Amino acid sequence: MDIYLLEAILNGILLGGVLALLALGLNLIFGVIDVVWIAYADLVMCGMYLIYYLYAEFNWPFLLACVAAIAFVGVLGILVHVMIIAPILGTAPINQLLATGGLLFFLQSFATLLFGTDFRNIGVRLPIIRFDSIYISSARLLAFTVAVAGAVALYFFLKRTFVGTAIRAIAQDRDIVGLMGVDQRHIYLVTSAIGGALAGLAACLLILQYDVHPFIGNTFGPLIFMICVLGGLGDMIGGFVAAFLMSQIIAIGGYYFSTELSYVFAFTFFIVLMFLRPHGVLSR
Amino acid sequence: MLAILLAALATLPQVVAPYFMHLLIQILLWGFVYTSWSIMGRFGFVSLGHGAFMGVGAYVPALLWNYFGVTPWIGIPLGISLAVVLALVIGYPCFRLKVVGHYFALVTLALGQVVMLSIVAARDVTGGSLGFTPKAVGYSWFALQFPQKVYFYVIALALWFGGLAVWYWVDRGIGREALDAISEDEEAAATIGINVIREKLRVTVISAALTALGGAIYGQYMMYLNPETVSGIAVSLQIVFAAIVGGTYTALGPTVGALLTISLNEGLRVAFGTNFIGAANTIYGVLLVLFIIFMPRGIVGMIEDATKRGWRIKPL
Repeated sequence: MDIYLLEAILNGILLGGVLALLALGLNLIFGVIDVVWIAYADLVMCGMYLIYYLYAEFNWPFLLACVAAIAFVGVLGILVHVMIIAPILGTAPINQLLATGGLLFFLQSFATLLFGTDFRNIGVRLPIIRFDSIYISSARLLAFTVAVAGAVALYFFLKRTFVGTAIRAIAQDRDIVGLMGVDQRHIYLVTSAIGGALAGLAACLLILQYDVHPFIGNTFGPLIFMICVLGGLGDMIGGFVAAFLMSQIIAIGGYYFSTELSYVFAFTFFIVLMFLRPHGVLSR
Repeated sequence: MLAILLAALATLPQVVAPYFMHLLIQILLWGFVYTSWSIMGRFGFVSLGHGAFMGVGAYVPALLWNYFGVTPWIGIPLGISLAVVLALVIGYPCFRLKVVGHYFALVTLALGQVVMLSIVAARDVTGGSLGFTPKAVGYSWFALQFPQKVYFYVIALALWFGGLAVWYWVDRGIGREALDAISEDEEAAATIGINVIREKLRVTVISAALTALGGAIYGQYMMYLNPETVSGIAVSLQIVFAAIVGGTYTALGPTVGALLTISLNEGLRVAFGTNFIGAANTIYGVLLVLFIIFMPRGIVGMIEDATKRGWRIKPL
């Protein structure tokens, strides 16, 4: 096989890891408790800016900056729930999409106002792994590993712990779960905090590969929503499969054609699959 | 009342500066596009991909004009036809397979991205992200190009009135009851004999066709097209949000949305200069969140409610 094609496929797998990591928290919020945060990728952007400032401007150690970012975006997640989602939880679901759409505008513009439109880079470059004549970015390998670990941890958390079970129960019926002795407000808060923290985790790994700018959310936002839907909402394994399908289309399409066309293929693939398999790629 | 409004709008070009003329044309054109969106949006079919129709409507006549010398009088109907085909290709399977709510929003979002990225990808023909400039020939009815703003003011005004007329036509038509029923409960609507797919397709096609027409005239007026500004995700979202802020369920709501968002943008730009890039959208974003939470019927909707209640603000 063509060595460059092989490299494209390998990098596609690693891009899939990045996308799967981004989709992880969204799959918990959107997939499991069925709340739409259209501004999810912009919360990741907030985390990236925090790490950039703590690490590059205030000289914190990188790992400490990461912990701070995870906590910060976790708190942002709680704020999004309390201030935006909770008041409209009982109304038509489309309102959640529209209200968090307002949040998307707010976060992007506020970031522009505070930080300008410059692309900022923390200046940390992880080494490139050379494997025969194939080059692999170790930052992507790390993101891939964390995504796998995160998905497994989330899976067991949802299946094996009381809070996880309560989260799955609230997804099935928001009202009945109260009769079973679960405080819904508490569970929504916990889930939003975890979802936000996962966005913060994604920010830690993205900052190693991408420059941060106010509109970085637009690069990933639509894609990760589609991955959650393609994988079947709330299905962590399906989400992984969908992330890899999309990233392979993007990688191979980009190799044979151009980057833009590869995204055209990916989005068309999403539309077609929505018609063919509306409950996810792995659904029966 | 209407006569006074018409007279006022007709005398405006004589008294205002070109800059305000430009703003007025923008408000009328965008007001028309927002109204077109709300023709389907008001029934709960929230499309996040109207940039697709606008982009097709704008690019087809411009490309035909530059490469083949085809007059926009033919190019614009062709662009609208293509937008309608696109609406049918996406709309039919969506409605057939009951892709609704935020799933429908995501499918249309993907459609908008497909069109925008296709325009960028075909950069040899369309100029890609650098944009596309139709060949200018000066004053010409054949090319539908007028250096004087007053012509486009009249065109935009006519378009806007036309858009309102279509809005009322849909509102008063028999299909309106059917669509209301569908937006309440599709299954129940189908059991009382409503052809759900046909009714939904009808408003979708009307909405897409008008949006494409708006895109075409916008292109003819601006004489510059850019995939981001006529077709990107930002445009699609801008259409949705401006319509909602103004009021999706009333005829004048989307126009008020256009008036408010464009004046806010320009006002802040003039007040703060370019030092505060993003200030307008920051305020805009906060307003959107507040609107959805506290007055989902928009400004005009709220005023209507208030007049009915005799201006008492109902406690939440």
